[in-house]
Amino acid sequence: MSHPPRHSSMLSISNNVQTAATPSEKPLPPTQLQATSQTPPGLRVPSNRKTIYDRHLNRTRNGELSRASFAFLFGEMVTYAQRRVTGIQDLERRLNEQGYPLGLRLLDLLFYRTTSSTSSSALSSSSTSASPPNRPLRILPLLHLIHGPLWRQLFNRSADALEHSISPDTPNEYMITDNDPLVNTYISVPKEMNQLSCAAFVAGIIEGVCDGCGFEAKVSAHNQPSELWPSRTIFLLRFGDSVMEREKVLERAGVK
Amino acid sequence: MPVYSLIIINKAGGLVYQREFQPGLRKLSTNDYLVLAGTFHGVHAITRSITPKIPNQNAVSVTSSTTQTPTPTTTAAAAAAASPSSTSVLSPSSTSIPTPTPTPTPLSTTSTTTPALPPSTSTPSNATYTYPIPNLPLSGLETLESDKFTLTCFQTLTGTKFLLFTDPQMANIEGIMKTVYELYADYVMKNPFYQLEMPVRCEAFERGVGGFLRARG
Repeated sequence: MSHPPRHSSMLSISNNVQTAATPSEKPLPPTQLQATSQTPPGLRVPSNRKTIYDRHLNRTRNGELSRASFAFLFGEMVTYAQRRVTGIQDLERRLNEQGYPLGLRLLDLLFYRTTSSTSSSALSSSSTSASPPNRPLRILPLLHLIHGPLWRQLFNRSADALEHSISPDTPNEYMITDNDPLVNTYISVPKEMNQLSCAAFVAGIIEGVCDGCGFEAKVSAHNQPSELWPSRTIFLLRFGDSVMEREKVLERAGVK
Repeated sequence: MPVYSLIIINKAGGLVYQREFQPGLRKLSTNDYLVLAGTFHGVHAITRSITPKIPNQNAVSVTSSTTQTPTPTTTAAAAAAASPSSTSVLSPSSTSIPTPTPTPTPLSTTSTTTPALPPSTSTPSNATYTYPIPNLPLSGLETLESDKFTLTCFQTLTGTKFLLFTDPQMANIEGIMKTVYELYADYVMKNPFYQLEMPVRCEAFERGVGGFLRARG
């Protein structure tokens, strides 16, 4: 009874989660798995045994991507998000959720690349003495990070405007304007859905970046077409109360 | 030298887009435009089927001495290479290709050595003629000229037809057509809210086409 029954080994080949879920059965060694099935489950490894994780993170730093393939991919993402939604709000929420994890991850990559560009040798020699990453503590540096480096990393240019809400009732609202968001370049929203902005995806990215920095925020995208810029979009950032409280404390303490 | 009007017809012959770029043109009703699109689609298909076939005279005289077998490889090699006048150049290379037929019988028929048919119709049995432009698949009506306007038709690989009504004096219609096609590929085909084969209602496409064609007019 040392060998598991045949059908269980078949199951473990077709679905790797199955073996993890049944710890009582002895899982087959990975070599045997590969021998029985031509396509091993999980991560596909190229012939030279180098995965995407073996590459240097800065390798694709200045890499260029096809705008058309991005447009098609994003179009499919919108189509996918559109399935089984109840309304425009729901669709925007889904797009936001697609962008959020991207923002969290991009933040790490952004810090890694900004520090390694200034002191790439120091990072490899000693990790402790390397210059501390420019992690923002206050709201304004965070907004500058989003407006400048993040936008440059994503779209190869800075955002077009950064504003603070002038209303005294909403001091926690900030606005970032993009005159021609890349995601909306080829998208024409039908008339009956004209509230929808597919840049909710980018809003999700921003939200992920803010949350990753420890600034709880809600970010939404709004169309603000002008004569010159028909697809001008405003990203509205609403920071949470805890963030605003901390901001006041830090201001008194004189932290920049 | 303006562009008067643009019509886009889908592969089933339905009108998906129609817009005028000059004021003062006589208006047609929507139904008339639909009929026009369907009629043009039919006429286009007819013109495609009545493309004249030219009997392949020179192929007989040039290649009467060569011996070949009617195999698909030779015709394919010949069709890929060049125009019908260059059959004599082809014969050494085609004899060097090992043919699948075990015993190549010496034949001197005209039908076997006629190359350069359009790929869609390259069967050895009816290879005694060629089309005006060899190596190009059959298309249909391309331009229609009158003293008031010129109609240019461009058919994409997927069967969508772009019809451009322009001033007879207008030059470089091909370039305009290419830009319109690019705008269509960008703002219509990359729009997730556009349903294929349905009427085009894309704001960005309207803007792009309007901006481009008005500037020409």
